[in-house]
Amino acid sequence: MTELVPVLSDIWDQEQSWKRDTYAANGGYTALKKALGLDKADLVQMVKDSGLRGRGGAGFPTGMKWGFLPPDDGKPRYLVVNADESEPGTCKDIPLMMANPHVLIEGVAITSYAIRCNHAFIYLRGEVVHVYRRLLQAVREAYEAGDLGKNIHGSGFDLDVTVHAGAGAYICGEETALLDSLEGRRGQPRLKPPFPAVAGLYARPTVVNNVESVASVPAIVNNGVEWFTAMGTERSKGHGIFSLSGHVKRPGQYEAPLGITLRELLEMAGGMREGHELKFWTPGGSSTPIFTEEQLDTPLDYESVGAAGSMLGTRALQIFDETTCVVRAVTRWTEFYKHESCGKCTPCREGTFWLTQILKRLEAGKGTEADIQQLLDTCDSIAGRSFCALGDGATSSIISSVKKFREEYERHVTEGKCPFDHAASALFTYSSDTASDEATTEEAHA
Amino acid sequence: MTATDPKAAVDTVTLTIDGKEVTVPKGTLIIRAAEQIGIDIPRFCDHPALEPAGACRQCLVDVAAPDREGNVRPFPKPQASCTMTVMDGMVVNTQHTSEEADRAQKGVMELLLINHPLDCPVCDKGGECPLQNQAMNMGRPESRFVDVKRVFEKPLALSSEILLDRERCVLCQRCTRFSKQIAGDAFIDLQNRGAMQQIGTFDENVLDFDGYSPAGPAAEDESGRAFSSYYSGNTVQICPVGALTSSAYRFRSRPFDLVSSPGISEHDSSGSAIRTDHRRGKILRRMAHKDPVVNEDWITDKDRFAFSWQNQADRLTRPLVRKDGELVEVSWPEAIAAAAAGLKAARDGKGVGVLPGGRLTLEDAYAYAKLARLALGTNDIDARARAASAEEQAFLGSTVAGAGLGVTFADLEKAPAVLMVGFEPEDEGGVVFLRMRKSLGKQQVFTAAPFLSRGAEKLAATLLPVAPGREAGLLDGLVGDAFEALEADGAVIIVGERLAATPGALTAALKLSQKTGARLVWIPRRAGERGAVEAGALPGLLPGGRAASVAAARKAVAAAWGVESVPSAAGRDVDAIVAAASSGDLEALLVGGVSPSDVTGLTDAIDKAGFVVSLEVRRSAVAEAADVVLPVAPPSEKAGTFVNWEGRLRSFATAIATDALSDHRVLDLLARELGVELGTGSIGAVNAEIAALGAAADSHRPKAPTAKAGRAPKKGDVVLASWHQLIDEGALQDGEPYLAGTGRATVARLSPATADRLGFAEGALTVTGEGGEGVTVPAVVTDMVDDVVWLPTKSPGSWVAQELRTVPGNVVTVKVGA
Repeated sequence: MTELVPVLSDIWDQEQSWKRDTYAANGGYTALKKALGLDKADLVQMVKDSGLRGRGGAGFPTGMKWGFLPPDDGKPRYLVVNADESEPGTCKDIPLMMANPHVLIEGVAITSYAIRCNHAFIYLRGEVVHVYRRLLQAVREAYEAGDLGKNIHGSGFDLDVTVHAGAGAYICGEETALLDSLEGRRGQPRLKPPFPAVAGLYARPTVVNNVESVASVPAIVNNGVEWFTAMGTERSKGHGIFSLSGHVKRPGQYEAPLGITLRELLEMAGGMREGHELKFWTPGGSSTPIFTEEQLDTPLDYESVGAAGSMLGTRALQIFDETTCVVRAVTRWTEFYKHESCGKCTPCREGTFWLTQILKRLEAGKGTEADIQQLLDTCDSIAGRSFCALGDGATSSIISSVKKFREEYERHVTEGKCPFDHAASALFTYSSDTASDEATTEEAHA
Repeated sequence: MTATDPKAAVDTVTLTIDGKEVTVPKGTLIIRAAEQIGIDIPRFCDHPALEPAGACRQCLVDVAAPDREGNVRPFPKPQASCTMTVMDGMVVNTQHTSEEADRAQKGVMELLLINHPLDCPVCDKGGECPLQNQAMNMGRPESRFVDVKRVFEKPLALSSEILLDRERCVLCQRCTRFSKQIAGDAFIDLQNRGAMQQIGTFDENVLDFDGYSPAGPAAEDESGRAFSSYYSGNTVQICPVGALTSSAYRFRSRPFDLVSSPGISEHDSSGSAIRTDHRRGKILRRMAHKDPVVNEDWITDKDRFAFSWQNQADRLTRPLVRKDGELVEVSWPEAIAAAAAGLKAARDGKGVGVLPGGRLTLEDAYAYAKLARLALGTNDIDARARAASAEEQAFLGSTVAGAGLGVTFADLEKAPAVLMVGFEPEDEGGVVFLRMRKSLGKQQVFTAAPFLSRGAEKLAATLLPVAPGREAGLLDGLVGDAFEALEADGAVIIVGERLAATPGALTAALKLSQKTGARLVWIPRRAGERGAVEAGALPGLLPGGRAASVAAARKAVAAAWGVESVPSAAGRDVDAIVAAASSGDLEALLVGGVSPSDVTGLTDAIDKAGFVVSLEVRRSAVAEAADVVLPVAPPSEKAGTFVNWEGRLRSFATAIATDALSDHRVLDLLARELGVELGTGSIGAVNAEIAALGAAADSHRPKAPTAKAGRAPKKGDVVLASWHQLIDEGALQDGEPYLAGTGRATVARLSPATADRLGFAEGALTVTGEGGEGVTVPAVVTDMVDDVVWLPTKSPGSWVAQELRTVPGNVVTVKVGA
């Protein structure tokens, strides 16, 4: 049985866990002092050796990303922390920054030192104002304590940290769109190459890392590579936060070694909602193909989830029981992608617009058999054709759900209505009459 | 490899596309490499002159490329061929050879069409639409989209000229990229997102600010209107669908009914290549013709939209002769005889002044030059319908005429540094501005001007502040960064025609060019200016840069013309001709394409001259006082050659065949009636003669000017600064209200200190000159040189030559209020 490993979440239950004092009393900022005494190249090597992979979803090796920066030319280079957590179901960076912003700030300081950056940015999702305030306060505390600013802890290393709140666009979680947004432009993905490591923020070499990736660095510095690599599976090392939501008894963040299974996590979370059983789930947010009970024992690491036909993504485990209409769930997700498509490329912009209309029609029981095929055909015109990964993500749940639950789609057609009682799946008092969500094509005219 | 091996200069890579090997320079995009071997990949957002966007995804192809070990591995997904550069050993399969690529492209096409209105039957673009063509090639015969299409209100007027139909838009961003990357006028941009993403001007309602205020001001002109670009028409041309249309052409025609004829724009000295589309003898529209050495892909809105001037109701088709005070239509022989009789009498009396105007072709200007010397026996000829000086003539004769191809567009683009004096890149340069802007960030630009104009600002130019009339001092005393920059290899000094009004400025420019080694180029405004200089349509210049004052030069010309001699008496320039005609010292005027309002005093001179012959396309203000009016062909109805500012011959053929005659043919007839065989009856004959004459020997040229700078104005005097804005009330923009609507608002400008001194806060200023009514226009306090007031030269409400009767550099009276 895999045990939880609270590394980033270890002090979340303490009184005023977000204060620097609390963090310091629990060993916080010792890694920064240690790192400032190390050679920068050794730090990069350490992170490479640890096998830490990007925790934002794609899983690109963090140390390798740092290593892509060109040699120092004396001009600015930047660290940008991607804190634009917006993926449906994903809820790890925001609670982390809420409960312990200092572990992120310490990670930012160490990472900046390692990559020779003197100005780091934290790009935060704009809607979470409470987190924004907490980050600002934490950065202020860190400046006052000399963890940031000039000559940090007498090392001669200077670092400024800017916390920037976005304007609420999912696309700005895409790293190049994030950089455009941070520069004050319209947030749309950039053409690559050049990659951010070569020409990122203000056309300077830039490392863009997820909050959890950066926050994982202090513990690696403190505890060593072996401590880190002892956790996880062969190619997915270390610990990660698994966010469980939906029809489980105790939803929340579970920090565990990579490779833990949903069966184990469900056990820790007290199992499914009383009297219900698992129907389907997402391993890594709504952009990853859905799983069913067949994958209960799939190790949640990059390789195993990939081999099982999905992606580890952000480890956002949305759990749905048998009361849930899969067509309805997929329609909601698709509406999200339609709403969040930035509009830059044809497949994503037009495709999500079309998919939403087909799905709403199907869900309302007004669809046809041909519509199910059209869904797949339209997905085929989006997946692998769009400018960035958002388009691919928009099709994942549709393709996988049609594959796994085709008969449910067909029932909507043959029965001429949704066969599910929507109130039964709700976790709150819900009346189908008052919360009518009939397809409103008028929206298209907005 | 040796230095002479042309391949040595470029790194190349070899790849395979659809089984064909192709070798292209490193860094080439796949889509360009495919074009080279005749493989067409459909596309919308891709445009060779714009940076890649990768937005439409129509050009997806299958790509396999060697990995580090050299094994050719396919990419897992189709790649956009408009953004991916080639690699050695790459294997590309387009829709012709890859099912996957074909499927991807068909999928994108289907998606592009779901929200498209499919209103081809009523769309201007129908018949020449890349979307329509490609949809016919690879689209589904019937749409599978049975849902609700996105709708927008239409059309949305981006300006009075440019209309946007957002439903047809495929959001390829060609227009926004053109505006940002090429013109530098971000007057439109993407707004909103997802399926509601749309192009638009800065609009709170579209942006759905929901109570929040927009951040920062929108680009607008002084009147508060949304800003319009001088180059906005190019967006209509590069729009791959019918989303952008022009008010002037909207719903006027179908492309397959049009006949297209190549031509050269008559609107400025750049000689931009255009395409004239006409139907049953009527011009419906004009487009940019790609010419890599001159205008590349672009033209100005004036080049594009200003063509209806020639087909106004006052178009002349028959000759007119004044009988009993009224102009009546007569036959050609009668009109020619009447004109010849009047001119002959004047020639044998006190003489005839000839004002051909600056809009003529080389052939026409040559005919005027020859007719003046041979048939009218005078050097009183000046094509400069603007401020002109003897210094300028010496400069043109010594430096410009017969010099052939000098500084070119390409030289200007490559120049490490450019100094502009008396020259506004956007207003007076048109596509010159676009070419310079290509080098933004790579080229140091300096502008000697009273303030940093919008165009200069977009070139990131450094202002060398100078009041008009004081340029000579500035150039003589130039030191520091600007001087050093001009010492770099390939640096260029541009002088504009306005410098003729500043004593000593052209002399100083020549000196500066010699001191720094920078090349000097004269960029006048009008299309015929350089040709007139070459043809000898100036009082002191004979063809090829020969000085009329040098006996040997006259002899050479006389020999070529087969006459004993050509007139030796010094000729009058434009001002002197106007003065002499007004005072009766000249008895007749022969006037070509000159707007009397452009030349101070010309209206009076025409009224007072004993006999006036007008050669015009339209019944102009000259005609109203003329004794004989001879109709001539507008550029679209004749062949000829404009010599552009580079010295490049820009020949064009007749676009629309009519019986209208070119000036050179009319003058040939007129000369015959005067007893002289001019030999200018055909383009071929004129060109053969010009070629035979060739350029002047150095000893036959005028000496370079050595004029002294003028005196500084008295303290407290306010000096006039002025130039023509590109879109204004020039005669060749008549009859085009949509274009006029995109012109800059008429304002006067003065510095904060001058405003303080005059007690001006806001409102209007009245500026009066040496006569006329003066002008009263709204004024704007601008960061500029003190004791200067700036006015547009011929914008609505501000006709400087007519209402101030003065030229820039002179002192004017400024009064606050009306």
